[in-house]
Amino acid sequence: MAQTTNTTVHDVVVVGSGAGGGTVTKVLADLGVSVLLLEAGPMLNIADLKEHMWPYQVSHRGAGARGQAYTGGSTGFTYSATYGGAQLEGEPYTVAPGSDFSWFRSRILGGRTNHYGRVTLRMADYDFKPKTTDGLGYDWPISYEDLAPYYDKAERLIGVTGSVEGIRSAPDGIFNPPGALKAHEVLIQKSCAKLGIRAVSSRQAVTTVARNGRPPCHYCGQCGRGCMTASNYAASYVQIFPAMKTGKVQVVANAMARELLTDATGKVTAVSYIDKTTGSERQVRCRTVVLAASCCESTRLLLNSKSSRHPQGLANSSGKVGRYLMDTVGFSMSAMVPALSGMPHYNTDGYGSHLYVPWWLWDKHKTLNFPRGYHIEVGGGYGMPGVGSFTGVVNRTEGYGVRMKQAIRDEYGTSVGLSGRGEMIPNEDSYCEIDPGVKDKFGIPVLRFHWKWSDHELNQVRHMQETFRAILEGMGGQVNAGGRGGRANQANNPSSQTGQRAGGQAPQTGQAGPQTGQANAPAGQPTTMGQQAPNQGVPISRGGAIIHEVGTVRMGDDPRTSPLNKYCQAHEVKNLFVADAAPFVSNADKNPTHTIVALAWRTAEYLAEELRKGNV
Amino acid sequence: MSDISRRDALRRLGLALMATGALDRVAAEEVHHMAADAQAAAAGPYTPRTLTPAEFRTLERLTDLIIPVENGAPGAVAAGCAAWIDTISSENDQLKKIYKDGLAWLDTAMKSRGAANFADATPAQQTALLDQIAFRRNQSPELAPGIEFFTWARRMTVDAFYTSPIGIKDIDYRGNSPMGSYPEPTEAIAYVLKRVPTL
Repeated sequence: MAQTTNTTVHDVVVVGSGAGGGTVTKVLADLGVSVLLLEAGPMLNIADLKEHMWPYQVSHRGAGARGQAYTGGSTGFTYSATYGGAQLEGEPYTVAPGSDFSWFRSRILGGRTNHYGRVTLRMADYDFKPKTTDGLGYDWPISYEDLAPYYDKAERLIGVTGSVEGIRSAPDGIFNPPGALKAHEVLIQKSCAKLGIRAVSSRQAVTTVARNGRPPCHYCGQCGRGCMTASNYAASYVQIFPAMKTGKVQVVANAMARELLTDATGKVTAVSYIDKTTGSERQVRCRTVVLAASCCESTRLLLNSKSSRHPQGLANSSGKVGRYLMDTVGFSMSAMVPALSGMPHYNTDGYGSHLYVPWWLWDKHKTLNFPRGYHIEVGGGYGMPGVGSFTGVVNRTEGYGVRMKQAIRDEYGTSVGLSGRGEMIPNEDSYCEIDPGVKDKFGIPVLRFHWKWSDHELNQVRHMQETFRAILEGMGGQVNAGGRGGRANQANNPSSQTGQRAGGQAPQTGQAGPQTGQANAPAGQPTTMGQQAPNQGVPISRGGAIIHEVGTVRMGDDPRTSPLNKYCQAHEVKNLFVADAAPFVSNADKNPTHTIVALAWRTAEYLAEELRKGNV
Repeated sequence: MSDISRRDALRRLGLALMATGALDRVAAEEVHHMAADAQAAAAGPYTPRTLTPAEFRTLERLTDLIIPVENGAPGAVAAGCAAWIDTISSENDQLKKIYKDGLAWLDTAMKSRGAANFADATPAQQTALLDQIAFRRNQSPELAPGIEFFTWARRMTVDAFYTSPIGIKDIDYRGNSPMGSYPEPTEAIAYVLKRVPTL
């Protein structure tokens, strides 16, 4: 394969342009440091976002170009800003026998931040010291006080909604004014209050005031499709485009990183990548490199950077690269709430959910049979009608004509959903490694996943089941059968064919990707969900399905047990940094993006200072 | 506004944002209106792609019965439901067979009830047949294909109707539109709280 090496030595090469890479790029550019940014996907053009499109503006209206919503097969992400999924053409991954795991990847400038749920939660003080708190897992090498200034900076840049509450499990930030609660959210809040549970304004990465040239949110409710006015956060339009204007940033799109090249001293000298537009292999030389390709892609890159000096992959003498893979514990339940039927219609879109429930039993663990906790995201309202929105109601009521229409009307907007998002304890059975026999279309060896939930997580889901039922029934709700891992309510998903009650708006995380809650296994990888009920019959989400994978290149003070130090710098390779969710030591019940941004910001400032001092 | 000019407008907007890092609210709202108006110009007579003219006429009458004009409010015919079903079926052999076979079944069933075919039967004859095949409780070997087909036709007519501008207006969905602020829905809150006195 032809190789092209430019002789220019870049101060910093950043691999990946999501929350981590976008933050590093912006912070370094603002500090006057030049950055070369490699992105595996194409450039994003904001004009391509389908933010305000109506179903009738697409010929198939969301049923898929060949009507897949009706006869099977993925319909893709017709309206969302998602560029990617669990299945990417020619880019497989494998799952070990007995495991079940789904890996969502995005290939576009900005990565998954273009479409994600935008839940923006600070980790609590005790979240940094889980082992000290309850003896399980591992402590972070940093504390809340170390990261708090960077949460502040992130919130000032991004704009986060919320209200000051003084709850230990949910530290307050620098909030811009939240939107008013919707009617179903008032019901949820009151039902929670009767159970002693406090529900508060949601904390979303949406600016409700003008900020750095970004106009305030216009409450169109289509955040999952990207935001043409850049009022919500995505790394692409909030960080990378502004950073490009400094003249310090060069973006190389369609560049799929293959491996890191090192010299005899063990330092990284260049990044090798496939130029997807020509298929040829190229190299860029660097003084320092920052991996922000997503938790598992950064891991894959390190493990594939093998040499005689680094037989286990780069920065991996500890053998911990790939270990302690975690996702978020997910469970959802929905109900039809008769009180909402016949309600005077209003625009329920806003910026998604305006309410959430922080973990409320953080000081009551002696009374629980599981460690750590979860928060609850809520859904409901009059979602935009789509293909499948009313399939459930018409199949139940049957008939035709005006009576059928009335049944649809009566049920529209009466569905309320709750989604639990909880902490998983890292375990020895959940990890990724290089599959010895499978390569992707670029010839790059792929990841093989191993996954296991423990009783800690299953008991947590059992607690969610009881709690959610109590909240929903407390407002007179009729709970829909089952409940499941993943999203509370897919009814406003244009491609939904689940036939659930119609019209409900999915909780924010649901907007991250219309089908992510039940992503399919990669081709040729049958899941193990078959012979007997897995997970003791507990309807916990599939590993990876919540798309919060973290932890596989963790930070820590001891090089024997942690690949990275407390600045996310490799213990063994001083000019190598990781700035996505791979450095996480635990996966608190706080959606990871906010901590990715804060941690990457801190790493970038440290890196700039080390460059200035000539230490790297 | 044509799709192309709308796209150009959106692209310009995107470039403006990229170039200046800023956009004013007026421009943002303009995008919403352009998106909402874009479809209006696209209407025109539809030529079936998959169904014969006779089959299409039958399907159109069926959709009219599923979602009729209601107190003057337009139904499935005005919303173009049959056209959408025909378009989708033209891209999916499985759906194409479902509709070809199902529409033929309707004609055969209507002949055995004394009419020339479904479309030319009287409204009373048509609804008499639908009253049988619109409910699973009427399941019988004779009606099974009709019940199965009607479930498909009802589901897809409903999908087509409520994803059309007419259907979105009919269901009174008020979102996907810009607002200067998000006001408290006081009337709705008062309504629901009154209905759950235990809270």
